[in-house]
Amino acid sequence: MSEQLIIQLIVSGLGMGFIFALIAIGLTLIYGVMNVVNFAHGEFLMLGMYASYLAYATWGADPLVTLPFVAAAMFLFGLMVYYLLIRKVLTGSMQSQIFATFGLMVFLQALAQFFMGADYFAVQNSYLSGVITLGGVILPVPQVAALVGSSLATLVLYGLVFRTGVGRQLRAASQDAQAASTLGINASGMYALAWGIGSACVGVAASLLSNFYYVFPRVGAIFVLLAYVAVALGGFGSIHGALVAGLLIGLLQVASGFFISSELKFVPVYMLYLIVVLLRPRGLFGKM
Amino acid sequence: MLEVSGLAAGYRGHQVLWDVSIHVGPGEVVALLGPNGSGKSTLMNSISRLVERLAGSIVFDGVALHELPAHRLLRHGLSHVLERHRLFPYMSVLENLQLGAGPRAPRQRVREGLERAYALFPRLKERTGQMAGSLSGGEQQMCAIARGLMSAPRLLLVDEPFIGLSPQMRADVAAALERINAEGVAILMIEQNVAAALAMSRRAYVLREGRVVLEGASPELAGDDRVRQAFLGRLGPDT
Ligand SMILES: Nc1ncnc2c1ncn2[C@@H]1O[C@H](COP(=O)(O)OP(=O)(O)O)[C@@H](O)[C@H]1O
Ligand SMILES: [Mg+2]
Repeated sequence: MSEQLIIQLIVSGLGMGFIFALIAIGLTLIYGVMNVVNFAHGEFLMLGMYASYLAYATWGADPLVTLPFVAAAMFLFGLMVYYLLIRKVLTGSMQSQIFATFGLMVFLQALAQFFMGADYFAVQNSYLSGVITLGGVILPVPQVAALVGSSLATLVLYGLVFRTGVGRQLRAASQDAQAASTLGINASGMYALAWGIGSACVGVAASLLSNFYYVFPRVGAIFVLLAYVAVALGGFGSIHGALVAGLLIGLLQVASGFFISSELKFVPVYMLYLIVVLLRPRGLFGKM
Repeated sequence: MLEVSGLAAGYRGHQVLWDVSIHVGPGEVVALLGPNGSGKSTLMNSISRLVERLAGSIVFDGVALHELPAHRLLRHGLSHVLERHRLFPYMSVLENLQLGAGPRAPRQRVREGLERAYALFPRLKERTGQMAGSLSGGEQQMCAIARGLMSAPRLLLVDEPFIGLSPQMRADVAAALERINAEGVAILMIEQNVAAALAMSRRAYVLREGRVVLEGASPELAGDDRVRQAFLGRLGPDT
């Protein structure tokens, strides 16, 4: 097997991996801070992809150009979901929280179906189509962009969470909300922030994905299922874990898609998940 | 300075405290005594708004604490070192201390706070980059107290700071608390060891089954057999 091929597989695997990781980090951040699983996370991705597609179809704006706007819009959308929905059910039972985000998932899918129909849409001829050749290795531009964009976004996120005062407060609330409140940290503010940041991560992933993936009402399920696996694999609430597991899953599915068959590319991923969960139910990492 | 009057509190319909009134004066060290489960931590957690209040008032230097959410107390000069230290285990000692200064603390105050913390507990300086979860029990307790002081409070609530510590560590932590008090910080403390608590404090309250059954100057209580009776159960809320 040629070196070229290996590099192509790694680029494409890491590109997908970072995208899974961004989606998973969003999930794990929200879960880590407030123990709520966002079942509508995939639908947030779907919304971001539609936003990206519609901006392209309406104004011809390239997904790469609209990425910061989609991320910012998703940040605000996350805040809105927290303040209008999640905060209302927080004092309720576990079931009411599950049904709230599950209901949101169904609602957003129906909304997309209503306005956009069940058709598949794709961004064509964006800045990021075609291939580039680097030292004899031919790489599809959208995937290189996905790799560069999502790794940069991950870097920014890491800086925010691990290097700023507000990130420190967020981690504090995640590790011990009560102790954090005695230190002046407003838990509700941190919850809102987690929803905002978590949704913005998905917005970035959506923009990058829309360059090489179709958007349709149920597109979220495909990616978010793997993101759930990444969260469980990495350890619930762990950002490092979500990142490592996301990359692992990206590489594994690309490798098995190539070496086994593209229909079976997720089988080794779920097998890895089963093995880790059986041997180490807490996942690979501790909280944040 | 701190004035708790007629406080009733509990957990979701399960009342734990009945008509509790205590006060702490400026610069005082006051001990809360009582057998396990008598409501000492519940009282302290009610003061810092972590436990739901059913009746009564909590006033701190003219501020009605019972009307504020928990996260607003720090800026009024009240700090609470919770039972079992409650450090953030996946954060370094430094980050834990930085968080103690409060969300909007100016850099200058954080720097001064750190200097003070390291002067008080030199061991923490050696451990500054280490994860709090990997410290020894005594170091964790020191870190928690140091974190509680980072906001430069006027009143420090400490819940069982000596539990599980070696005699040497106990002495170190006790000396630190004394120094803190000498600098003018009032302290309300919970401690299992009655003799030690009475030796350290000026006044004390004895709780039993969620009520104050005995209060007085510590030196006097030290020779009072009723304290022992309260622990043994002979001095109930009705006597
Ligand atoms: N989080 C809680 N939820 C329900 N009941 C609690 C909780 N914490 C303490 N209690 C109950 O309140 C009573 C007093 O407990 P606590 O204040 O911890 O006592 P102490 O600190 O004096 O040992 C006990 O009966 C205990 O079971
Ligand atoms: Mg207690």
